[in-house]
Parts: sequence; C-alpha cells; structure tokens
Amino acid sequence: MQDDNILLNVENLVKYFPVRRGIVIQRHVADVKAVDDISFFIRKGETLGMVGESGCGKTTAARTILQLYRPTSGVVEFEGTDLAVTKGKELRLMRRKMQMIFQDPYGSLNPRMNCGNIIGEPLIVHKITSGRGEYRDRVAELLTTVGLSPYMASRFPHEFSGGQRQRIGVARALAVRPSFIACDEPVSALDVSIQAQLVNLLEELQAQFDLTYLFVAHDLSVVRHISDRIVVMYLGKIAEIAGRDELYENPLHPYTKALISAVPIPDPLVEAQRERIVLTGDVPSPLRPPPGCVFHPRCPIAADECTGVHSPGLSSERGVPDLREVSPDHWVSCIRV
Amino acid sequence: MAKLLEVKDLATYFFTPEGVVKAVDGITYDLEEGEILGLVGESGCGKSVSALSLMRLIQNPGRNVAGEVVFNGQDLLSLDDDDMRHIRGKDMSMIFQEPMTSLNPVLTIGRQLTEALQLHLGMDKEAAETRAGELLLMVGIPEGDRRLRDYPHQFSGGMRQRVMIAMALSCNPKMLIADEPTTALDVTIQAQILELVQRLGRELGTAVLIITHNLGVVARYADRVNVMYAGKIIERGTSREIYGNPRHPYTIGLLASVPRLDEPRKEQLDPIEGLPPDLIALPAGCAFRARCRFAIDKCATEIPPLVEVSEGHTAACWVSDQLGAGAIGR
Repeated sequence: MQDDNILLNVENLVKYFPVRRGIVIQRHVADVKAVDDISFFIRKGETLGMVGESGCGKTTAARTILQLYRPTSGVVEFEGTDLAVTKGKELRLMRRKMQMIFQDPYGSLNPRMNCGNIIGEPLIVHKITSGRGEYRDRVAELLTTVGLSPYMASRFPHEFSGGQRQRIGVARALAVRPSFIACDEPVSALDVSIQAQLVNLLEELQAQFDLTYLFVAHDLSVVRHISDRIVVMYLGKIAEIAGRDELYENPLHPYTKALISAVPIPDPLVEAQRERIVLTGDVPSPLRPPPGCVFHPRCPIAADECTGVHSPGLSSERGVPDLREVSPDHWVSCIRV
Repeated sequence: MAKLLEVKDLATYFFTPEGVVKAVDGITYDLEEGEILGLVGESGCGKSVSALSLMRLIQNPGRNVAGEVVFNGQDLLSLDDDDMRHIRGKDMSMIFQEPMTSLNPVLTIGRQLTEALQLHLGMDKEAAETRAGELLLMVGIPEGDRRLRDYPHQFSGGMRQRVMIAMALSCNPKMLIADEPTTALDVTIQAQILELVQRLGRELGTAVLIITHNLGVVARYADRVNVMYAGKIIERGTSREIYGNPRHPYTIGLLASVPRLDEPRKEQLDPIEGLPPDLIALPAGCAFRARCRFAIDKCATEIPPLVEVSEGHTAACWVSDQLGAGAIGR
C-alpha cells in the first residue's frame, strides 16, 4: 500500500455494539459484531463501492469511518490524520472535508426546516459564509448545482418528491466543499427512472468538484455502474475487494459469485439460460458469528478447514481466513480460492 | 387455457379534499388459470391500488367508480360483503410487501395460520394445526411443525415472507396476488422466495399476479407482463415481447435506465427525465407526454388507446409503430 494517492486508509477497523442486561447494574452480556476487523483504502478521486446484504455492516462501516460512531478499535487515516484518536475542535475541522448522504430521503431532512435552511445549516455551523447575502448566494448556487431552482429554498421537505429530496441531501453534503462523501444507499429508496437521474448527478458532481466517494448499496448493478473498485462485505467482514470489471468478470469468493448470480436481469431470454446459485438459509446473527470463515454455513464449497479448526494459513485461533491479495488489486478472504 | 380473472375498465378514485386522485383509471386485463402475470410500474402508478381493488380492500376516501372484476365466473364488485369474505383468503389471497408489519406480532404463527383453515375449510383445531405444520415445511421452514408456537419476531425477514406465503396458499387458492413480495428482502433471499412462489404456483395450479417496480424481478418468472403508468396500462405482452421488443416510450425508458450486469458498463445512465404526473391534475392527452422524447402534437390532446402492435402485444402510444426494435438505438 505504498501509494501516496491514498485519501482514506482503514486498518483493522472494529465496531462492536455492546448488549447490556439489567436495569440498575448493566452487565455487558454480548457484542453485536457489526464491523469486525476490516481493512481497505480509497484512492483520491475514485469511487469505492461497498455491497452486501442487510446487516453485513456496510452502513456501520461508513458511519464509523466518518466518526458518527467511534470505532471500538482500529485506524481510520484520512489525509494522514488518524480520525479514531482525533477529538473536539480538530475533529470538527476534519468533518468539513467529509460528508454523508443518507438512504432515506424522508427521514434525513428536518420537516420543520425549509430547504434553504437545511442546505445552509452546515455553512453556519462551520462558519463558512459571512453575512446574509453571501449565505443566500451560496444556497442558491448549491440548489442550482444539484438541479433544483433557487426559488425552491423557501419550500419545506414535504413539498418535494423523493428524488428532489435526495438532491437536497446532496446539496447539503456539498455545502462545506468536502473532498470525500460517504453515500449510504443514496438511490435505493427511489424509483428506477429517478435512480438513474441521481446516479448521473453524483457522477457529474464528482468530476466537477474532484470528489472521492464511498458508495454503499445493496444493488449490485448500480454499484458496478458507479464504482471504480468494489468491496464485498458479509457479516462484518470483507469477503472480496476488486476492480469493478475484475469483480464481475472474475469473482473469486463463493459469496460474491452467489450475490452476482442472484441479481435479476431484465431479459427473459438471458434469464432462462442463466445458472443461479441459490444460497440456502439466512445470514447468521452478528451476535454469534460462526467460528472460522463466517460464510461457511451457507457456502457451497466449504470444507473442514473453513469451520474454524486451527490449520496453517489461517491468521488467528478463530480460524478466520485472511484477506489476501491474489492478483494486483484483487483481494479475497477465502482459503479455497 | 381458461380465463380465471377478467378485469374490465376498472377505475378506482380517491376523493380527497385536494381533489380526485385517479389512482386506477380504466384498466382492462385478464389472467389465465395457472399463469404468472407481472404488473410493473413505479410508485404511485396505481399498481397496488389495482390489486387492492380486486380484493375489494379499498378504504375511504377511495372507491371503485367503474368497471367489472369477473373472477371464476362471478362479478366480485357486485357481491355482498359476506360472499366476498368467503372468496378473500380462500379462492383469492394476497401476500404483501412488508413481511414485518403484515403479520400480527402478538399472535403465534400457528394461531395466524390456522385461522383461515378453520374459517374457510372448516377444519377442527387439531387438523388445522397438523396442516399448518405441513404448510410451513412446504415453504421450506425447517422444523416447521415445531415453530408453530413461535412469534413473528422470532423469524427473519425471508422466513416471515415464507410464513406469509404459507398463509396465502393454505386454502389452495385459485389466485395469489403478490404485492412487491421481495422488495424488502436481500437479493440472495429474493431469489429463494421467487423460486418458491413459482414452484408452488406450478405444483398447486395457482395463478399468480406479481406486482413489482423492478423489471428484473419478473423477467425470469412472468409469462406475461402489464406495464402501468399514471393509473393506466400502457403496454402489455408476453415477457419476451416486453423485454425484447418494447414499443411504448415509457417501457423503453425504464429498460434503458437500469444498469445491466450482463452488459458492458455504459459511460452514463440514460434516465427518464422529469417526474411522474400528479394524479389529481392529469394533463390532457397522454400522461407520459411531458417526459417522452418521441412525443408529437397529437399526444397533447388525445389519449392513445391500447392497440395491438404484434400478436398478443399491445401498446398505448401514437408512435409505437415507429418504435420497433432497432429504431431506438439500444
């Protein structure tokens, strides 16, 4: 990883949510292992896609990177500063460089604030504009940037459609001129015809403002479209990291293969000939992840070594497969590859 | 094959203080016995309301204002409430989008499953429980008979949807309406559920109406597809025709705006610009005109009817004959 072009470097990031019992004396009885020892990096100007099923920890990973949750352990290096140990004023300064776009266009905007104030709030919080005139100009400029009209600033969120609301979310994220934006399922709540509008907008903005994206989503076809490289997560761990085309043409991890084969293709002729790997069972609970490779209970090619019995080539006593680089920029955590 | 369901000029309006919302505005289609029919459209196009209208589940301020729903030889819209109750859940049943909220959280799965069996099939408690256990096994819930005493929260989303399917199929209905059955589920679970619906539909001879906003979902499973926009069916045909040879600009736009995993990545996505129209104030002429790149003058004044463009394939567009394969550069 001797790459000086790296904007964000995540090493051994862990986020556990403690489960407590008891009313007066709260005993710590277990941990939800939402993100369990993940490492990856994002280069300047690229889009890193992050896919996985619900509960695999992709949203938690994004939030932990932005320090909306403080990590349990691990390093989150942004432009050379470890955010995990940064606090207070210093952290607030770093936050100007990294923003987030949320999944729910309905829940993520305050219904009592008008659109102009929603977009302008970060300008005030970070003391970016001075004076009313400059503030109003900047809000108008932001609205135009995301394809809305300046006169809409006085409207309230309920007066906008889902797609327009998501544009407001984008404008709010852009307000502080960040260099990095974590997009958490920004299009999954939108209709297909509107999804494409927003994806195109995000791509235009990336080129225009030199942005770096972490794009979290469960829709693999959208992720392939927008990303340069893709991280596949399963149960708090990284299953595979590869370049966009490499991942779809040459998936190595059995989970990635199953995930790709499960994506429906809008063409009955193609579908009729496609082989589908239908995984049995459900994702196990992150409270009690299976020992060894977390995917082994559902894995079609699991062997005895995968079940957590100690054997050479495995990192820890839990027998968890290492994420290893099998070809340049293609990482996979499966011992049977 | 015999027609199981014939919907004629069905219209359902909602009478709100702001005006009349024409959610479903004169749709006509049929469903054959044992067939899987897809109903595709975006949110607000009236696809769910049209399904609820079939089941007579429309509530105030909504009302069926016109049309006929002939199911198995009976006009459902003219039945009295008691007779309708005998059909609902027995001959025609429904599974909903949200497996989290459509089960009663304070009743056991067994209690919810046996209710319909006792009511519609007149089984006694014991027989119903045995049957309920079998049903859970049929939909692939391991140790189904032992899980009857569990509550909905003890099941995962995919498992709850399986319970819903078991419940819907418990009385061997002739028709199953699946309203966005997989939208709330993960892709790997989606595949499991759809395979299950298809397999059981075939085994039991149940006709299935799958309602979805995702064109990909129905491509593999549906025999025929209806595409809805702003309360009307704008294109209909076999799925091979709809996906291979779409003739309505909206269908063409929908297919073009989703990135496809089996094709090389496009530099830019090709969205449908603009927003769907407000159903209270529908424009004159074709409702899709404002977003359509093929619109001509006639579209602003006259609503295009559904006309046949090839055998068994109809489209509601004035210029559909110019939109044949290849004409749009896909």
